[in-house]
Order: sequence, then structure tokens, then C-alpha cells
Amino acid sequence: MRIFVTDQTGTEHELEALEGWRVMEVIRDWGLNIKAECGGACSCATCHVFVDPEWVEKLNPPTDEEEDMLDSVPDYEANSRLSCQILMSEELDGLKVRLADSASQDAAA
Amino acid sequence: MSGNEIVTDVVIIGAGPVGLFAVFELGLVDLKCHVIDILDRPGGQCAELYPEKPIYDIPAFPEISGQGLTDNLMKQIAPFGAEFHFSQMVTNVERLEDGSFRVTTDADEVFVAKVIVIAAGGGSFQPKRPPVPEIEQYEGKSVFYAVRKMDDFRDQDLVIVGGGDSALDWTLNLEPLARSLTLVHRRDEFRGHADSVNKMRKLVEDGKINFVMGQLGRLEGADGQLSEVFLKTAGGEMGIPATRLLPFFGLTMKLGPVADWGLDLHDNALIKVDTERFETSEPGIFAIGDINWYPGKLKLILSGFHEGALMSQAAKRIVHPDAKVVFQYTTSSTSLQKKLGVA
Repeated sequence: MRIFVTDQTGTEHELEALEGWRVMEVIRDWGLNIKAECGGACSCATCHVFVDPEWVEKLNPPTDEEEDMLDSVPDYEANSRLSCQILMSEELDGLKVRLADSASQDAAA
Repeated sequence: MSGNEIVTDVVIIGAGPVGLFAVFELGLVDLKCHVIDILDRPGGQCAELYPEKPIYDIPAFPEISGQGLTDNLMKQIAPFGAEFHFSQMVTNVERLEDGSFRVTTDADEVFVAKVIVIAAGGGSFQPKRPPVPEIEQYEGKSVFYAVRKMDDFRDQDLVIVGGGDSALDWTLNLEPLARSLTLVHRRDEFRGHADSVNKMRKLVEDGKINFVMGQLGRLEGADGQLSEVFLKTAGGEMGIPATRLLPFFGLTMKLGPVADWGLDLHDNALIKVDTERFETSEPGIFAIGDINWYPGKLKLILSGFHEGALMSQAAKRIVHPDAKVVFQYTTSSTSLQKKLGVA
């Protein structure tokens, strides 16, 4: 299965994803510009992505824990999600997301 | 130089698990350490980002929290009496004529050490900067990411942004001082302690502060002096007269000044080391844990512990070049057990 990830420069990448993997892990392992500093513990919000509007409803809604972490992204939008909280499944084959600036490896400070 | 220099064998930069365990390994070879960290307590990333979350891959701990691991490490290294210097960042490292280093922090502490161990994980924690155009020109003058002196906010029109404890605590603490105070958060739910949330809501009810649901948009002002903060809200753009802005979006890590020390880096972000000593391109400066890179590197606490053990053998040879390094086990060596206070 595949996901389509637009990076911070606007370039779209077609990435191969595996069932059960977190979208963050796929993006990180393909070497795109994602910080993901807590490693997927839903504790840092540096894997922030904007989900393509067509896909927003197909995802499980964010948990309270994810909402709390999204409070700490300075560039929140209505379609903001943490990519470490999106698990790949057949239903998400073709998922489109855009990497937020706040997920850049050199973001902040 | 001033007489206030702290002279020690080793300065460790970073008080995360790997920096703490380095104190242990260096202690076993009789090296005295001072540990510097930008946070106000030990534990680094695992205590700051996930103190309560279980870690499953520490040997002999099927499950342990970030805080639990930190507490245990502090207990384990206690016999070696390392001294900690919290809430400060190393800003400068300079090589002295005799080969040792002078290390300066932003709290103006000065150390002279024969060995430096960088155990700074993902770098130093820095506040997240909101993506607001030209915010840099206001920083330090009317935009602050922390409150150092409450009096700087007296009689100011203050806008605080965020939904966690920092935003709530400073809302409550600065309300009596500020001329006006507006709290901005993207939703009407807060991550802070229930008691703080209740107190904040009472202030809103009593008309002492304003709460606006929205996000930071742009700033207006001149010469670094803010005059108005514009928010993006469901009803469109909204301007609030403001002379001070405090955005609280938590912390993230940056390599920080380490990047300027002339060490060979990998991908401009990680410090290259050898796998025999974990020494950087600069003799006497070592890098262990998540901040280093070598072929096959795994970013695991476990790896950092291993790297600390090998580093300590090499550090010993630098600090005491004439001493014979004898490898010993804590299970059988009376000398090691004496150091640990158990024999």
C-alpha cells in the first residue's frame, strides 16, 4: 500500500507503507523532513501533519491524548494530526498528508 | 582568569539517562564529574517528554517509566558525588594551552576540565517558536517564551497563548500585575491542572481576564515593541492591543551551540565519533547517546550506556595518562565495591 506525502517544500513523495506501521515511521524511514523526537510516544507533536480533506473522515478521531499534544503545535489547522497516531491499514491505502513546518527537523527556536 | 573556575576531570553536557550513567562509568575509573543541563532537573528527554510512559527495553527492567529510570540512575550514581548545574546551557568551549578545556555556560559558570562528554541527546531543549511573520524582531523585547522577571509584565497589556500548565500558571500569576490580560487557546479545553483551569475560568467570569478561542496570526508594532496581536478566530481576524506576548507551545530540541564547536558532524545534526572510544573529531571531547553518529548507530538508551562504558576507559587515559587502566568487574573487585560504598 502507498501513502502520498507532501514535504515542507511542496514536493509530493509516493511512499510504500506497511500494514500496522505508523505513518510517522513510514515518513521517517523514507528520510523525509520529520523530527518525531519522542519516537512515537504521542509526547512531542513533532510529527505533525495536515491530512488531505478527503481523508480526514476516514481516520480514527484523535484521542484526548493526541488533542492535548496538538495544543502544543503552533501551526494547528482543523485537519492537523500527529502522524505517529495514524496506523496504516488497507482502508488508508492512498492516504495523502502534508508535513507541517513544526515537524521539520530544524523547526522552532 | 577569575578564581571562580570549577576545576574537574570531566564536564558532562546533558543529564539524561546516558549522561547520568556516564557519571557511574567515569566514577568507576576515579574520574570526578560536573554535569550541566538546560533543564532544571535530571532525566533529559525521557523525564521531560514522557516521565510517566513505560520504557520496555532497559535490561532487567521489563517495564520502567522515564522518571523511574532517572530516579534509579540518580541512586546508582550517588556514591560518585557528581555535581549538577541545572537550568543552563554550555555556550562556549575553548582549548587551553595545556590541552584541557574551558567550558562556559550562559549562567556565567566556568569549568576547566581535561575531558568533555557531550551526552545531549537530541540537543538542548528550546521553546517552540510560533510561525508568526517577523516574530524574531520582537523576541526579548516584547515577546518572551518564559517569564524570568514578573515585574517586566507589570502594567502591560499581555497576551498569553497556550493551553497547558505554563500558560495557565502565568495567566494566574500575572493577572494581578498586568493592565490587561488575554488568554488565547485553540479550543475551550485545557491540559493544565483542574485547579488552575477553574481559577482561570473564575477570572474570566469575573471579567478580570479575557479568553479568546483562536490562534496567533500576526503581530503589529515597531522597533521590537509590540502594539497589537492579531488572532485567527472562527469569526475571522481579531486584533487585541498588546505590549507583551507570551507564547507557550512547549519545548523541542535543537543541537544549539554544539553545532558551532567545529566538530565533524553527520547530516549537520549529529556528532561523528569512532566506535572504539566514542571520541569526536576533537581529541578529549567525546559524544555518547542519541547525539552521536557512527555506522550502524541505534538510538537506544542501551547503546548510550555501552558507549559511556567505552568512553570512560579512553577518558581515564587522557586524565591520568600514566596510570595503568585495570579492567575490573563490580561483582568481584573490592576496590570498585569500596568506591560504590558496598564493601
